[in-house]
Parts: sequence; structure tokens; C-alpha cells
Amino acid sequence: MISLAHYIVLGAVLFCIAVAGLFINRKNVIVLLMSIELMLLAVNTNFVAFSRFLGDVSGQVFVFFILTVAAAEAAIGLAILVLLFRNRSTINIADIDSMKG
Amino acid sequence: MPNFNDILVLLPEFYLVAAACVLLLADAFMTPEQRPQLHWISIVVLLVAICLVIAGQPAQTVTAFGGMFVRDGVGEMLKIFALGTTAMVLVYARPYLLDRRLPLGEFYTLMIFAVIGIMLLVSAGNLVTVYLGLELLSLSSYALVALNRDARLPSEAALKYFVLGALASGMLLYGMSMVYGASGMGGTPGLGLTQLHQVMAYTAAPKLLLFGLIFMIVGIGFKLGAAPFHMWIPDVYQGAPTPVTAFVAAGSKLAAFGMAYRLLDAGMGDLAHQWQLMLAVLAVASLAIGNLVAIVQTNLKRMLAYSTISHMGYLLLGLSAAGPEGYAAAMFYAIAYSMMSVAAFGVILALARSGFECEEIADLKGLNQKSPWMAFLMMLAMFSLAGVPPLFGFWAKALVLEAAIHAGMLWLAIVGIVFAIVGLYYYLHVVKVMYFDKPAEGSVLQARPDMSLRTVLSLNALSLLALGLYWGPLLGWCRHAFGL
Repeated sequence: MISLAHYIVLGAVLFCIAVAGLFINRKNVIVLLMSIELMLLAVNTNFVAFSRFLGDVSGQVFVFFILTVAAAEAAIGLAILVLLFRNRSTINIADIDSMKG
Repeated sequence: MPNFNDILVLLPEFYLVAAACVLLLADAFMTPEQRPQLHWISIVVLLVAICLVIAGQPAQTVTAFGGMFVRDGVGEMLKIFALGTTAMVLVYARPYLLDRRLPLGEFYTLMIFAVIGIMLLVSAGNLVTVYLGLELLSLSSYALVALNRDARLPSEAALKYFVLGALASGMLLYGMSMVYGASGMGGTPGLGLTQLHQVMAYTAAPKLLLFGLIFMIVGIGFKLGAAPFHMWIPDVYQGAPTPVTAFVAAGSKLAAFGMAYRLLDAGMGDLAHQWQLMLAVLAVASLAIGNLVAIVQTNLKRMLAYSTISHMGYLLLGLSAAGPEGYAAAMFYAIAYSMMSVAAFGVILALARSGFECEEIADLKGLNQKSPWMAFLMMLAMFSLAGVPPLFGFWAKALVLEAAIHAGMLWLAIVGIVFAIVGLYYYLHVVKVMYFDKPAEGSVLQARPDMSLRTVLSLNALSLLALGLYWGPLLGWCRHAFGL
């Protein structure tokens, strides 16, 4: 039988993978965008699990809003990525370091 | 079910959404010669919104859409000042945008959408509204930072802002999901802030609640730009077009204060003894990092970025007092900071021209000889940011320090005073460069003859002096908003 704790642990693992992806990744901006999506999906897993096990729909309604905003966020992220590539011809994170201090 | 009354409560927000859509359409049908008129139209739109907020001010707290949206004194004040500072930013932005041929329609509509985000955020009564308001503000800001499409720095700044902003939203949401779970253990689960207020009393999972609270504070720290979550601030300030920097400095800090107040007091007020110390630690880190790193900066916008971090430290000082007095002081501080930073960026915008950003501190050399009035206005802004009496910034600092002492955190107030003295150095350095250094050879430093910019900027900077001498009424309103 799969309990609430299983889902919460799954959410935590997904969240940790996403945060690790953001911080460890030194290569590619697209991986950053994927990590951000994964992070939001981890949160969604949590909300749906709580909502299901607590018998309350408001958590699932929140998930709809998060999914919608995540789509808008991905659109803006990709737009910024295209801009970056056009200006620098690279999306390597190590090269994006014009500002320091 | 929502009724007509709910819509009346949200009238300023609905009006702004409609106005922004109309502006977007107007932009599509305008010829390039007509497009600069968008400037005046959007300023009028914002001024009308201020009138609507003031005219519709309810006598006591009103909620709409089943508690999703709260209209109370705190929200009203933050909205009025957010709209006001944004209107000022628009006035200062005009010559900059025209010189650099930046897309005008996009700038004005995105600014208005960002303001709508601020208005939703500071009036949120539910975790969903907090999240939606925050994202509307953030997504518009990411796009605004990248507005100058052909330059290298803005796209880099936008990417950094986007990645760290999304990380912050993710943290905040993860915390919200934990709090939602904790609210359902032993009671009715819910996302409303008033409902969450009681969770501590009954929840069977206090650890889960605390876990969620910590993640939410990380998210709030990111959005405020408090150390150690400040990494995005310097790069965004430096890389973004200066009008956008001014907006991010002024408008979104008011919003971040509103968000912190809603989540921490309205939502998690019963856990105050837990989050008080966390905020105090953030405050000390921000004061130290902000003030010390600002000293070595040579770029004026970057220096103002580190100064923002230190100012967020003072704001957190007031918040961590966790009482109406502390919140009123913090709100007074947020308002003071937004007016001071807009004035400082306004002077930079008044001196910038195409091909000359005026963003190095050395660019201001001998400003007093070239344009004494601009030098005087910049001096007022710098002294006010430093907290020199009798300017506005001094009273703001004094009030948060007083609130911290009354809350029994004398050590925190002492740290605040020590770093205020450290901070004096880099603000005075700018004044010294303006007044005592000789202008560089072939210096192109000259204030713009733009009348609207000069008038509004002068009023803005002189109000720092006026409010410093006559700060009672504003403080009275702030205290009244928190029921004092």
C-alpha cells in the first residue's frame, strides 16, 4: 500500500534533484530550465498527494495554477535563452560571466 | 459565489488590467511617430489608478472572492506608493527609452502588468493569490530586464534573474505545500491565510509546519534580496536598463515587504517566536554583506545594488520585531527606501544620454561645476540613503532601530547602528566625487533639458527633505494601517 509518506519522499527527492541540477550544472542553460520545471513538478506532487490523502480539493486547484504559471515561465525562460544565444552565440554557463564583484 | 461587490473591491486592479490591454492594442495600431504618446497615456493610467485606490478605500478591512483578496490599510498604502513610484519611473524613463530606441509599447504594458502583480501580492488573502501576484510581478520583471535586446549585459542579467527568481518561487511553493499538508493534519486543510493562522494551535505535525515555514522564509529572502540570498541583485541592477533597475529597486521592494507581511504575520503569526530569529540572522548578514561589499564598488548601479541589500537588512530589522510597531516601522522604511532609490536612479537617468550610461561613480566627477542642481539632488538622495538627519532616511532608520529595541533585540539595533556608520563611507564618497573632484577631460556630463523629468525629479528629491522635516503624518498613516 502506498502511503502519504511515500509521495512526500518522492516529492522531496525530485526537489533535491532539481536543486542539485541548478547548482551543480556548469554546462548548459537548457538543463537549468529543465531543473526549474522539475522543481515545480515536485511541488505539484506534494500538493496532489496532500490533497488526495487529506480529502480536500484546494490543493489540486493550486496545482492547476502552478502548471499554468510554469508554462508562462518556460516561455519567458526560453525567450531569454534565445536572446542570450543571439548576443553571444553560446549557452554555456561558464561563459556567462561578464558581471562580477 | 462571486458577486458584483467582489468586483467593486477589485476595481483598481480590473481597471489596470483593462487599461494595459488597451495600451497593448493601441501600441499595435500606432505609427512610430505616434508611439511616444503612450508615455503620457500610461502615466495618466497610473494616476487614475491611484485615484481609484484612494476613492474606494474601505472604512475597515474588506475581503473579496471568499477571502482570496483582502483590502485593508496596509495594502492600500503599499499600492498607492507602488503606483506613485512607478509613475515617477515612467517620467524618468522617457528620454532614456527614446534615445536608445527601446520598444516603448512593451515597456509601458509590462510595467503596468508588473504593478498589477504588486497590487495582487500586497492584498493577498490566500497562498494562491500570493503566488499568482508574485509570478505576475516576476515574469514581467524578467522581460523588462531583457528589454534592450541587442546589448550583451541585459540578456545575461535577465537569465540570472530568471533562474534565481524561479528557484525562489520553487522554494516558496515547496514551503507552501508543506504548510498546506500540516494544516490538514488534525483539522480542515486550507490555503487561506486567516485559516493558516490557527494551524499551529491544532496541527498534529508541527515539524512539517516548521519545515514549510523555513522554505517560505528562504523564498521571501530571495525576493527581498536579503543576504545570503542576494546573488541576483548586483547583476540585475548593473545589467538591466536603468529605468528597469529603478523599478526593481523601488516597486518590487514594496511588494516584497507586502508579501513578507502577509505570509509571516497574517499566515504564520503564531510562529513569530520561530521566524523572528531567522529574520534577525538574515538582517545581520544583509547589513554586513551589503555595506562592506558596497565600499569596493566602482560602478554606481552596482554600489546602489549592495546598498539595497543593506537597506533590506534594516527592513528585516523592523519585521523581526514581529509586532504592529515593528511592521509600521518596516513599512515606513520600505516607502522611504522606494522614494530615495527612485531619486538616485532618477539623477542617473537625467545625466545619461545615448552612448553614455553615467553608471560609473567616476562619471560623476565634478558634477557640481557642470550641473549644480543635479549634484544637489543627488546629494539629497545619497544623504537620505545614508541616514543623515534631518532627511527622510534618518527617521526610517531610527524607527526600525527603535522597534528592534522595544522588541528586546538590543544587540540587533547595535549591529544596525555600526553598519549605518560603515555605510556612510560609500555614500559620502559619491558626494565627494561630485563636489570636490575636477571634471574629467572632455566630460560630456550635462543634465537633460527635459522639463517633466527635471520637475518631477526635483519634487522627488526635495520631498526627501520635506518628509524628513515633517514625517509625522506619514508615520501616523503607517501606524494607523497596523491598528496603532
